[in-house]
Amino acid sequence: MKILVCITHVPDTTSKIAFTDGDTKFDATGVQFIIGPYDDYALARAVELKEQLGGTITALNVGGVESEPTIRKALAIGADDAVRVNAEPTDSLFVAHQIANVAKDGAYDMILMGRESIDFNGGMVHGMVGELLGIPSVSPVMTLDVEGTKAKMTREIEGGKESIELDLPFVAGCQEPIAEWKIPNMRGIMSARTKPLNVVEPVEAVEGATLAKYELPAAKGGIKMIDANNVQELVDLLKNEAKVI
Amino acid sequence: MSILVFVEIAEGKVKKTSLEAVAYANGMGGDVTAIAMGDIDSSELSNLGNYGASKVLHANNTQLNERVSAAYASVLISAMGHTGANTLVLANSSLGGPVSAKVAIKKDASLVSNVVELPDTSAGFTVKRSIYTGKAFATVSMNKDNKVIAIKKNAAEVKETGGTASVEVFDVALNDADFKVKITATDKTTGVILLPEAELVVSGGRGLKGPENWGMIEDLAKALGAATGCSKPVSDMDWRPHHEHVGQTGVKVSPNLYIAVGISGAIQHLAGVNSSKYIVVINKDEEAPFFKAADYGIVGDAFEVLPKLTEAIKAANS
Ligand SMILES: Cc1cc2nc3c(=O)[nH]c(=O)nc-3n(C[C@H](O)[C@H](O)[C@H](O)COP(=O)(O)OP(=O)(O)OC[C@H]3O[C@@H](n4cnc5c(N)ncnc54)[C@H](O)[C@@H]3O)c2cc1C
Ligand SMILES: Nc1ncnc2c1ncn2[C@@H]1O[C@H](COP(=O)(O)O)[C@@H](O)[C@H]1O
Repeated sequence: MKILVCITHVPDTTSKIAFTDGDTKFDATGVQFIIGPYDDYALARAVELKEQLGGTITALNVGGVESEPTIRKALAIGADDAVRVNAEPTDSLFVAHQIANVAKDGAYDMILMGRESIDFNGGMVHGMVGELLGIPSVSPVMTLDVEGTKAKMTREIEGGKESIELDLPFVAGCQEPIAEWKIPNMRGIMSARTKPLNVVEPVEAVEGATLAKYELPAAKGGIKMIDANNVQELVDLLKNEAKVI
Repeated sequence: MSILVFVEIAEGKVKKTSLEAVAYANGMGGDVTAIAMGDIDSSELSNLGNYGASKVLHANNTQLNERVSAAYASVLISAMGHTGANTLVLANSSLGGPVSAKVAIKKDASLVSNVVELPDTSAGFTVKRSIYTGKAFATVSMNKDNKVIAIKKNAAEVKETGGTASVEVFDVALNDADFKVKITATDKTTGVILLPEAELVVSGGRGLKGPENWGMIEDLAKALGAATGCSKPVSDMDWRPHHEHVGQTGVKVSPNLYIAVGISGAIQHLAGVNSSKYIVVINKDEEAPFFKAADYGIVGDAFEVLPKLTEAIKAANS
């Protein structure tokens, strides 16, 4: 089984979001970066499938040199080698072209991604890559099992799920409970240092959308506290002040 | 300008989020054609005129009752050709998302998802989208002639226009290659309000102690006509199904009212609720971080407050 896992290098889920340079750049001061949580699920499932079926896992990131510690973490968790496409990932169409270009000659049996990146939350790169490669894409995938050249999945939909069958190869955008996140062990961390991390230059691709500026939401007004013995007051406020019931 | 709107059907009705997509396209000021796929009453479709569509295409091929995104994308491409539309508007959803990505590649279009406002066309074509899981916005310009705009809930207000629309069967040949993904079963709760689309949500956390206590949450939800949600540990422990889990790694909701009971308000949970209009927090710990993100708060024991609140809501509604 040859598996390609696409990982993002994104701010930790507890990060305070702020912008600099006239609201055109993310302010990374003091921010911890991680493998996107959904990508982490994809990687964890890839490690399990490799244990079960044998094969290799390649981790892929489109990003600058600052992504490398995050890529090394994927190697520590269980990827065998990694590729970094040396470009700023500003737009999903641009990123999709880079991933498709790496994947097209790789003969991967599956390409696992997260359901969405947690910075831009596009949820689009997997669908685009599948289309560019002419193979099916499915997201968000909650379970994934492989039998021979077939895969079985469940996909979350509003209020429930779908059971899906398809042939390899495919692209999947993963989410829980597909696997439990894996924490790298000491041996993994040691071996990650010497595993290959190949840096390749991007292919030319036009952005679909270009950033003009960032903006933070307006701050919330203060909270009104209501006595636990006076729930009627809450009902009145919801009815007459908020007008939501 | 001609705009195509993809309209989703659930339980024989056009989804509210798709009405928002029609309203959005109407707000863009163009000639709006809506398209629906699979079995649906044509009266339900002609009613789209009342929300801003001037024409409705109905791709009624029974094969489309299976919601296979690749097949839907191909039909949309044909419909864009048929109507001359270079812009597709749709609600971002478990179907709309995958469909958008496929159409964008086939049409070499600019695609932006989670759009929250009408575009600004004063200089070029820019849209505002939600990013960082609701913690920020980005204004981006859509460079290509063809555009796909996947809107977030509440991006446009649904208004009745009094207009009418003709419904036309859209006969299109389907391609077997688009059905490589086989949907073998669909397991979906019916007759309930779905969380991602709900206007009112009652959500419970670990403070409720166990699944046996969810009756209290359901009673309040029922009295309000609300959907039920939960925190991640609650679905991890299988107290509730995964599709009810709200937050960074779960469903992102945008209701008018979110009532959080026995949820501490971890930043990852807040990421899923921060586009709610009003938030009520009920927690026995006055230091719970959720109070900082709330509009109304009650410090108290859920087991005492919830039944009283449910009664008060019922009384107010009767
Ligand atoms: C990468 C990552 C992603 C995550 N994604 C999500 C996500 O999508 N969604 C999510 O919810 N979490 C997520 N989490 C987990 C999150 O950090 C919290 O652990 C979780 O939200 C806590 O759930 P809780 O509030 O139900 O439980 P707790 O934090 O245990 O809080 C229980 C609350 O109940 C109150 N309480 C107890 N008894 C009562 C009572 N009788 N009456 C009233 N109140 C009572 C307590 O005071 C407390 O505030 C994520 C974490 C990580 C690291
Ligand atoms: N810069 C990137 N490098 C590698 N993979 C990416 C990158 N951006 C997005 N992806 C993958 O595509 C998925 C969906 O991303 P998005 O469409 O941006 O929400 C992510 O979860 C990743 O698996």
